[in-house]
Amino acid sequence: MEFFLEVLIGGLLAGVMYSLVALGFVLIYKASGVFNFAQGAMVFFAALTFVGAQEKLGLSLWAALAFSLLLMILLGVLTEKIVLRPLVNQPPISLFMVTIGLTFFVEGLAQLMWGTKVYPLELGIPDEPVATTIESLGLSATNLPTVLQEINSFDLIAAIVAGVLVAGLAIFFQITKIGRALRAVADDHQAALSIGIPLKSIWAIVWSVAGFVALVAGLMWGARNGVQFALTFVALKALPVLILGGFDSVMGAIVGGLIIGALEKLAEVYIGPFFGGGIEIWFAYVAALLFLLIRPEGLFGDKQIDRV
Amino acid sequence: MFYRESGQLKTSYQEDQALLSITQDRIGLLLILIGAFVLIPLLASDYWFTAILIPFLVFSLAALGLNLLTGYAGQLSLGTAAFMAVGAFAAYNFELRVPGLPVLVSFILAGITTAIVGIAFGIPSLRIRGFYLAVATLAAQFFIPWLLVKVGWFTNYSSSGVITTQPVEIFGYVFDSPVERYLLVLAIVSVLALLAKNLVRSNIGRAWMAVRDMDVAAEVIGIKIMRTKLIAFGVSSFYCGVAGALYAYVYLGSVEPDGFNLDLSFRILFMVIIGGIGSIMGSFFGAAFITLLPIFLDIIINDGAALLNLKLAAGITSVMQLLVFGGLIIFFLIVEPLGLARLWQITKEKLRLWPFPH
Amino acid sequence: MTENILNVNKVSLSFGGVAALKNVSFQVEEHKILAIIGPNGAGKSSLLNVVNGVYKPQKGQVIFKGKTWKNVVPYEAARSGIARTFQNIALFKGMSVLDNILTGRNLKMRAGLLSQAIYLGKCQREETNHRKAVEQIIDFLQIQHIRKTPVGRLPYGLQKRVELARALAAEPELLLLDEPMAGMNVEEKEDMSRFILDVNEEYGTSVILIEHDMGVVMDISDKVVVLDYGKKIGEGTPEEIRNNQEVIDAYLGVAR
Ligand SMILES: Nc1ncnc2c1ncn2[C@@H]1O[C@H](COP(=O)(O)OP(=O)(O)OP(=O)(O)O)[C@@H](O)[C@H]1O
Ligand SMILES: [Mg+2]
Repeated sequence: MEFFLEVLIGGLLAGVMYSLVALGFVLIYKASGVFNFAQGAMVFFAALTFVGAQEKLGLSLWAALAFSLLLMILLGVLTEKIVLRPLVNQPPISLFMVTIGLTFFVEGLAQLMWGTKVYPLELGIPDEPVATTIESLGLSATNLPTVLQEINSFDLIAAIVAGVLVAGLAIFFQITKIGRALRAVADDHQAALSIGIPLKSIWAIVWSVAGFVALVAGLMWGARNGVQFALTFVALKALPVLILGGFDSVMGAIVGGLIIGALEKLAEVYIGPFFGGGIEIWFAYVAALLFLLIRPEGLFGDKQIDRV
Repeated sequence: MFYRESGQLKTSYQEDQALLSITQDRIGLLLILIGAFVLIPLLASDYWFTAILIPFLVFSLAALGLNLLTGYAGQLSLGTAAFMAVGAFAAYNFELRVPGLPVLVSFILAGITTAIVGIAFGIPSLRIRGFYLAVATLAAQFFIPWLLVKVGWFTNYSSSGVITTQPVEIFGYVFDSPVERYLLVLAIVSVLALLAKNLVRSNIGRAWMAVRDMDVAAEVIGIKIMRTKLIAFGVSSFYCGVAGALYAYVYLGSVEPDGFNLDLSFRILFMVIIGGIGSIMGSFFGAAFITLLPIFLDIIINDGAALLNLKLAAGITSVMQLLVFGGLIIFFLIVEPLGLARLWQITKEKLRLWPFPH
Repeated sequence: MTENILNVNKVSLSFGGVAALKNVSFQVEEHKILAIIGPNGAGKSSLLNVVNGVYKPQKGQVIFKGKTWKNVVPYEAARSGIARTFQNIALFKGMSVLDNILTGRNLKMRAGLLSQAIYLGKCQREETNHRKAVEQIIDFLQIQHIRKTPVGRLPYGLQKRVELARALAAEPELLLLDEPMAGMNVEEKEDMSRFILDVNEEYGTSVILIEHDMGVVMDISDKVVVLDYGKKIGEGTPEEIRNNQEVIDAYLGVAR
């Protein structure tokens, strides 16, 4: 039982990392109806810029952070302006395909600017069991349940970062004027336009925010696995999360991420051995797909009847 | 002046519905076929056959398969390479386990096997649409190569997962030299392209396009959406499966499951987008373009660097490929969403009027 | 006495909380034209959607040619002889006029997949035969000149006509027309009215027509059903409807 809990908690925390990436997809989808396949490339771009700016330009950590943020916003705004605006009112499938092109382009651009080397990314977060971290701070961890002691500090902090990010976004959308406009846009583009919400600047803002989310995800994933091309594949991990949670629900991205993370780890430990391992490549997809066959609208989506 | 249909009166609907109803088009196709079957074998070098012409034809077939599904039936798939893998490994196993089976029969059986697998993975399309479906096809892309690696039987327990294909033998004749292999692929691809063209201009093709353009209206007309989509998955997968078998048998000679990766799927999707979504001929244009582009890029970058005396950073060509592929996809979807095929059509329409633009 | 081709019996339909139809009943007599009128959002389109199986009513029955439908889907409706056009044009945008209309004959085509791939022989004969039938419809609706044009390039009025052609290609017994004349000028409306009357007279097709233009409704329909907020508030000949006080209050009364 204890082992099961350990696996479960490990899975949930890993799931948070997926949610972090999925969040970027949801933001853009909600505001503009675009399924931005390039979100993973943006994560890669952000992480590479952050380390590249330190290595190649000799910037300090904070300066590099500010620089990356600036570049991400620029990238977001330019993407919206150059790539997506000309395609307004095109079928969703065309928009989706254009973001596949964008994926390639952004990946190429990132490597053109910073090279193809693999960089470590150091944020100073310990990658060790919580107990060790607590003890290294001179405290005692003996009265924590063992299940909790075994949790990885890095995972825990990643989860906290994700939590703060979601809370921050929620507050941003709930309180600010921009946020309210954005929600109106998400509900009904035409109506939003007719009451004088400047759709174009809203889209630019959303793409900037998505760039920011990509940066946060890039930092966390980069610190975990190193900054390398494989980082672009985290987007592929986030897709089943979106299928499960629905593309237009922030809540879905979070809960979906947790479920997929947990299922994946449990399957890896309990089912994987029967198949000789390696099932995490496809397990999340198949799980999400099976779920979809039962409930096509996703976890949090509404059932829609086509109007004719 | 020379390309026009004036003076060519059609006297029956049958004539009007013919494959090429304009005489000049018929002559054009004849010239292309003569060129492909006679002139090229006489002129081209082995390098051209093995590095350019054979892969071009194999990719054309794969792109054609994807185009039937995505361009005609409107179902986006990101799992093309996985279906090619099914075709390649199915052909390998048919040849391996049924001694003396003619290779062409193996190819057809491989296509049929792939069609069945394709239909199975197409089932989610009955409940989900658009990019949800695209994501679902990724399940095939990740699951199938994994399965081929994990189940040793598929690769005949090759420890590395690599299979080496049997000789391509038809009635005791071994297709061995580059030119022979080229002619074999050319013949297969030509026949399959003709069949595809026939399909899209008859009832099933119209049903595909109807489902693509407006599925509710299609259903109200009496088109069975489920059946239509599954046939699209089946036929498309058949083409991809045969393409996969040719990829293994005629192009590379030895393949491994992991070679049929997402990158290959994307490459074939790009052929369809650049060549022309919903165009048989476009699949060929796109395959030619995407096969030649990296070769040209390589030459340009290396020669350019030599000319300017620059030292190239490691991996720069692959980076440039990403940039150029990505950029072109964006460019085409914005500027000419119907791709090279559309440009070709516009040129023809201009020719039809030339030199009197009325 | 003529038979009823369609009986709609106490049908209720709601979407979530919104009740689109409340206990609606009416009949369509064979070879007759029935008009459905009512203000925006009254539930007219929903009613057509129930008749050909696009929406499933929560309560009530639809009886077509004497057969009660259980869980009918649009495919079966089409097979039993119902064709329709849509309020918002639902043509296949990527196809030519000819292909759009040919698609309407889909149910009558028999050639198998392989036969279609080979094309010669059976499939070719079939294609040619159906082409002939489609050409008759094209002549009838006077759209010969745009045969090969992609429908997306046509003006609105012609698109509506092509949609009618596609529906007629199926040789339906009951034709459902959802605002076939919306957005047309007077001349186009006259043409369309004449086509509908001709179809009704020549082929004996029964028609349900949704239309806002009262002039047209009075001219061509045999019977009128009035909906308001999902309820049937009136039924009768055009003459009776014109003089029905409740209808006048609810519908004709509002400035139109
Ligand atoms: N697919 C659907 N999902 C949810 N609500 C729907 C759907 N279809 C129709 N409705 C609702 O049902 C009610 C009736 O709509 P319907 O389209 O039938 O009206 P109508 O009489 O055709 O109006 P109009 O003259 O504007 O065409 C409306 O309130 C509409 O919002
Ligand atoms: Mg309506």
